[in-house]
Amino acid sequence: MAARRAFLALILAVAGASAAAEEIGDAVRGEGLFQRQCLACHKVGPTAKNGVGPRLNGIFGRRAGGLADFKYSKSMARMGTDGLVWTLETLDAYIENPKALVSGTRMNYRGMADGQARADLLAFLREWSDRPQNIPEAEPTARRSTHDLDPAILAIRGDPAYGEYLASECQTCHRRDGADEGIPSITNWPEADFVVAMHGYKRGLRPHPVMQMMAGRLSDDEIAALAAYFATLE
Amino acid sequence: MILNRRHFIGTGLVAGGLLAAPMVLGQAKPKVVVIGGGAGGATAARYLARDGAGALDVTLVEANPVYTTCFFSNLYIGGFRDFESLQHGYDKVTAGGVTVITDTATAVDPAARTVTLAGGQVLDYDRLILSPGIDFREGSVPGWSLADAEVMPHAWKAGPQTRLLKSMVEAMPEGGTFAMVAPPNPYRCPPGPYERISMVAHLLKQTNPTAKILILDPKDKYSKQALFEEGWGKHYDGMIDWIGPEFGGGAVEVRPDTMEVVIEGEAQKVDCCNVIPGQMAGQIAAIAGVTDETGWAPVDPGSMKAKLDENIFVLGDSSAQGDMPKSAFSANSQAKVAAMAIRGELTGSKVFPAKYSNTCWSLIAPEDGVKVGASYEPTAEKIASVASFISDTGEDAALRKATYEESLGWYSGITADIFG
Ligand SMILES: Cc1cc2nc3c(=O)[nH]c(=O)nc-3n(C[C@H](O)[C@H](O)[C@H](O)COP(=O)(O)OP(=O)(O)OC[C@H]3O[C@@H](n4cnc5c(N)ncnc54)[C@H](O)[C@@H]3O)c2cc1C
Ligand code: HEC
Ligand code: HEC
Repeated sequence: MAARRAFLALILAVAGASAAAEEIGDAVRGEGLFQRQCLACHKVGPTAKNGVGPRLNGIFGRRAGGLADFKYSKSMARMGTDGLVWTLETLDAYIENPKALVSGTRMNYRGMADGQARADLLAFLREWSDRPQNIPEAEPTARRSTHDLDPAILAIRGDPAYGEYLASECQTCHRRDGADEGIPSITNWPEADFVVAMHGYKRGLRPHPVMQMMAGRLSDDEIAALAAYFATLE
Repeated sequence: MILNRRHFIGTGLVAGGLLAAPMVLGQAKPKVVVIGGGAGGATAARYLARDGAGALDVTLVEANPVYTTCFFSNLYIGGFRDFESLQHGYDKVTAGGVTVITDTATAVDPAARTVTLAGGQVLDYDRLILSPGIDFREGSVPGWSLADAEVMPHAWKAGPQTRLLKSMVEAMPEGGTFAMVAPPNPYRCPPGPYERISMVAHLLKQTNPTAKILILDPKDKYSKQALFEEGWGKHYDGMIDWIGPEFGGGAVEVRPDTMEVVIEGEAQKVDCCNVIPGQMAGQIAAIAGVTDETGWAPVDPGSMKAKLDENIFVLGDSSAQGDMPKSAFSANSQAKVAAMAIRGELTGSKVFPAKYSNTCWSLIAPEDGVKVGASYEPTAEKIASVASFISDTGEDAALRKATYEESLGWYSGITADIFG
């Protein structure tokens, strides 16, 4: 019931969509996408409540895992603590492939591959930011980012022998046996997830100074080598 | 194609074109002797045995049967860890294929390539790794010598000294004074003295809140200074007095007999005094002839090979390599590069470009952790910093707590990497 009411209000607002939001994408189309793919778990609008997922009004500029009255996964809470803030770029990355940005997220959603569809959806969500005037000038008009990883990077076959040497540096912090005693386990990941996560740090999409530094100096081949090696560890 | 380690041996490029003769069939396996089973030495021994996959004969000589980590020993003083949690045996190092000998190396003959142990045993080597940590410079703090460490402990090598210092802090009279004589550069663990001050302050705040802390420092600035100063103001306001060189902190004399420290000619009575003297490479490095006039052992930045002997590698605190701080993280990072270089020289396995890194966490108060770190690469002259980060002042409590939890993960990770 509450959801339907929120939705009415929302349609009105979309009718007056700002020029800025239109530059992100088509908010009307985005609303339809939201209804079909997100509404089962998320509500949006001034009276929206938390459901399976947290309410999404005011999401732009909000810290990841930032609502005090919602119980987030450990992984999302960690990202928020590290400083992940929802922007056009980070939202785009999360919706495209939730686990690539937040590995242990409990959002059970497979992701939206189509970049235009994500732009439309974000144009719609953008309408529901609490105080759009507080969003930095550049933000609403920023071009849709091209954070999608180049398929050529994903296609690189890593050399696990090189990976083994490079991995010795990681094992000062990440235990080889995969135990998480304060630093997440990175053994036995699907190679593609590993590559996407490392590029997430390298490009600053994922926050965390240590990992940004570690990933920052690795070449694409080196990341592939690491992924290949870690995938072989039990 | 899946390449594994074994296939890799012998297929790659040989570093420096040095394919050592001992691999010739029928001869003994090449021998590597490691002196010092700490952060650098135990790591190197384990990686050599593991990645050498039986091609190398690896012997580790360590004076103590159990290693007590200096890292996290301040947390023991603050009451955040028990002492046993700092201790690590060598069972898994042995299980990893390393011959561990509990004895002290007393002599090295670089020409004959032998090491002599206190127990009389003589070991041959093809390559020798030295990771003996630090020793103290006699006379660096006037009035103090190693014999006074029972009265004015250094606690800069972990073990009985660490326990002694903690018990002395606990025994301080109400409102008493704790003094630290901080070391001059370079020394092991740049933020260590200041983390120790934080932990002593935490302990005193619980049991003896009117006590005072004096830091007598020969340096005019120190690691993570802004973060420590902010934290001390926040958690231990009015308790800690830092006296830099400008106010006489640099030329301090101590009097162990009367428990006094003399600052600019004026004697002051204290109740507990932690003297952290000036430092140099562990003595065996000088005995082996690989140290220079600075007291440290210069090394090749790409391999950790001693500049003064092509069969000896020096790791960790003892080495003079450039920008890396003397830390367990650095020693562990350098050990992997050296292990790869030695394996390359002795077995012809592939040698990849050296990469190093370091991160040092410090605990200021419960759940208030900070960190500083950098990555490094070899240049022609030194190991040079290529990127770095440091915690900010004013960070929120959740981030500081996450940083502390991360340090627990690191301790677990690095000790597993060093000792198995
Ligand atoms: C209070 C404190 C806190 C610290 N905190 C941190 C931290 O948080 N993070 C960090 O990364 N680092 C920290 N460090 C620094 C770290 O402990 C050292 O930098 C590190 O242990 C250096 O490793 P190493 O292999 O050079 O020497 P060590 O680990 O000291 O190992 C040397 C070993 O060699 C043995 N030995 C020496 N001579 C001989 C001989 N002749 N024969 C046989 N055995 C011998 C010794 O018994 C010893 O076990 C801290 C240090 C202190 C004092
Ligand atoms: C099956 C339920 C489900 C679906 C479908 C779903 N989500 Fe989520 N979403 C969640 C849950 C649960 C979380 C909390 C994740 C966590 O804690 O790791 C979440 C978190 C989020 C967050 C982060 C919110 C915050 O406060 O940090 C955003 C943004 C988000 N979802 C957007 C979307 C969008 C847009 C869609 C549709 C394309 C969508 N979600 C579809 C369940 C869902
Ligand atoms: C100094 C300690 C340290 C080192 C060294 C380190 N990491 Fe990390 N790593 C961390 C921490 C802490 C996190 C959690 C970061 C966060 O909150 O995003 C992390 C996170 C990760 C993640 C994401 C895990 C997840 O669940 O989201 C991956 C993948 C990863 N590291 C890979 C590596 C690789 C590969 C290396 C070596 C090249 C490496 N790390 C070196 C500390 C380290």
